[in-house]
Amino acid sequence: MNRRTPEPGSWLGIPEFPRAAKASLQDAEQRKNLTHATTTIRAKRVVRASEVPEWEELRTAAAQIKDRVARHLEQYLLQAEEAMTAAGVTVHWARDAADANRIVADIAKAKGVDEVVKIKSMVTQEIDLNEYLEAEGIAAWETDLAELIVQLGHDLPSHILVPAIHRNRSEVREIFKEEMGRYGRPAPEPISDEPSELAEAARLHLREKFLRSKMAVSGGNFIVADTGTLVIVESEGNGRMCLTLPETLVSVVGIEKVLPTLEDLEVFLKLLPRSSTGERMNPYTSMWTGVTPGDGPQDLHVVLLDNGRTNVLADPDGRAALRCIRCSACLNICPVYERVGGHAYGSPYPGPIGAILGPQLRGMGDANTRALPFASTLCGACNDVCPVRIPFTDILVHLRHKAVEHKTAKHPTGEQLLMKGAGWVMKDGRNLASVQLGTRFAGRVLRGKSLGPMPIPLASRWLQARDVEAPPTQTFRQWWKDEHEGGAK
Amino acid sequence: MSAREEVLHRIRRATKDVTEPDPVVDVPVDWAYGRPLGTEDVIADFVEKVEDYKAAVRRCAPDRAADTIVEALQALDTKSIVVPAGFPEPWVTALSEAGFTLHSDDPQLTHAELNAIDAVVTTAAVGMADSGTIALDHGEGQGRRALTLLPDRHICVVHEYQVVSDVPEGIARLAPGLRERRPVTWLSGGSATSDIELSRVEGVHGPRHLSVVLVAD
Repeated sequence: MNRRTPEPGSWLGIPEFPRAAKASLQDAEQRKNLTHATTTIRAKRVVRASEVPEWEELRTAAAQIKDRVARHLEQYLLQAEEAMTAAGVTVHWARDAADANRIVADIAKAKGVDEVVKIKSMVTQEIDLNEYLEAEGIAAWETDLAELIVQLGHDLPSHILVPAIHRNRSEVREIFKEEMGRYGRPAPEPISDEPSELAEAARLHLREKFLRSKMAVSGGNFIVADTGTLVIVESEGNGRMCLTLPETLVSVVGIEKVLPTLEDLEVFLKLLPRSSTGERMNPYTSMWTGVTPGDGPQDLHVVLLDNGRTNVLADPDGRAALRCIRCSACLNICPVYERVGGHAYGSPYPGPIGAILGPQLRGMGDANTRALPFASTLCGACNDVCPVRIPFTDILVHLRHKAVEHKTAKHPTGEQLLMKGAGWVMKDGRNLASVQLGTRFAGRVLRGKSLGPMPIPLASRWLQARDVEAPPTQTFRQWWKDEHEGGAK
Repeated sequence: MSAREEVLHRIRRATKDVTEPDPVVDVPVDWAYGRPLGTEDVIADFVEKVEDYKAAVRRCAPDRAADTIVEALQALDTKSIVVPAGFPEPWVTALSEAGFTLHSDDPQLTHAELNAIDAVVTTAAVGMADSGTIALDHGEGQGRRALTLLPDRHICVVHEYQVVSDVPEGIARLAPGLRERRPVTWLSGGSATSDIELSRVEGVHGPRHLSVVLVAD
């Protein structure tokens, strides 16, 4: 059967971070696009944050509210479930991606629809919902402008907020000209690379999909436990289209997205837009509490998704990663992300948040995930901008420790053998003396030349980036002996 | 085990280090909710912030409201308007006398019909000055959500007494309606995107023009 939606890129072909990063760094166009975009957004964020006199207190409050929820998650989830059910929402629970995907597809089939419109959502990227639906014969249309660029470009998202951040305007124009007509209304002819003209093309292309759609799929920014209210923040109005026009709405929401009360929204709705798009407020925020007769979808579903979140919760040292509200400030400030881009991180969650969330959500089972905690210089800029005060560098160091533990659990590594050897050398002065015979000999052979890159096992990875001075021909112990003991004779 | 039971079981296991049963005692939150900002002139702040989103703001005395609404619509080259139930009668009369084609939403217009109408006029629930935000709770005079979404121009009438300094006061005012399960929509300027090279473009899917009529008390 032919595909209904554009075939996306695949995360599977992307190698471990160090190799993927090396390849990304060669892409000058992408680096230029990213530098431009992240520089712009960083400047906006800092202006908007500095306008708020109690910014630091807000960050503390947000961290505390999120910690309160995480530590008492069962209680808040049950409260949210009860409130949503009372308001007419069908609540589903999903252990993992497979559960969640099946639930969404089953609802679509029960409704007899073969296409859905989608609001940009990180969680449906995480579970790869679109490809599951495609395999079930259901077309999922992305309606956020950047997601549309990624989908029509057979591409992968590279940023939490602006998934097409790696594309510039002329690339977007080419994608729209080439692909729009294959999946609906073509781009107007002629079309320039002015962002306003490209946005107009998206408006026209998507309007016909909105008007005919019977079912929408969304994520969710917040679920308020005491009222069962769902909150979605957005810019373009595609979200409102999806939340208002179709008859059926399915919202897939991570279990950590609960807030205790309506009043808690005041903290997050001040922090989130300023941290993410650098605006005082995002253009549109929708709040709905169950079904409103005669207004909006009359069949509402919420899928509460675990998919590894309870693994994160189980680690008191890593748990703070669940505070994340997906603002992307940590990506925009990160010197590694700015140069390497999002794809090298190998999952929809790139940057510092991806480096701490990925290994915890997915476990240390595969080498790609184990490499992520090392994708950082530990400079700590992310700690300072995070609106919910996630201690990124602490968690990165903690996860590096876990990655090493994982590696050494089955068989000793080269580093371990080296350390064992060093232990023997240092244990006894005689052992040290006999090893030093060897280094003095090496020093005489090298005669002051420094060691550069050379294919010595283990040492080669260190030496390829650093020069090491030749070992001295005289050791301290030898010098002491000559100066003192010899002098005393 | 059902998925629900299993997820809840995993959560219990993951949080077994938590011994204090009361969340409020376990993690205190150092924040005083619902506080106003010390803004000197809240109305001027509201106007400045809304205009910063490139939305038009017209201020008027109560007896000039009808004329100002007509003026705002004429400035946007409007012919047809959808008028929600509960929109004040004298203003409806003024719109009709000004020659606009008025549509009522009773019986409900189809999405295709709404899509073809030029503009919508509504009242609002709350204005939040610091962020330049207008909140609709879709009550009397505001219409169901689709009304303020599909037409390309939105003329929104806000009374000065509805404007508060900031988001916390705004949430406090909206909370009773939210607890009655009213849907709530916040508008901060018109539809916009920054998805191409992070440069802001006004007008994507929602109304491309937001025009605010701010009526003095």
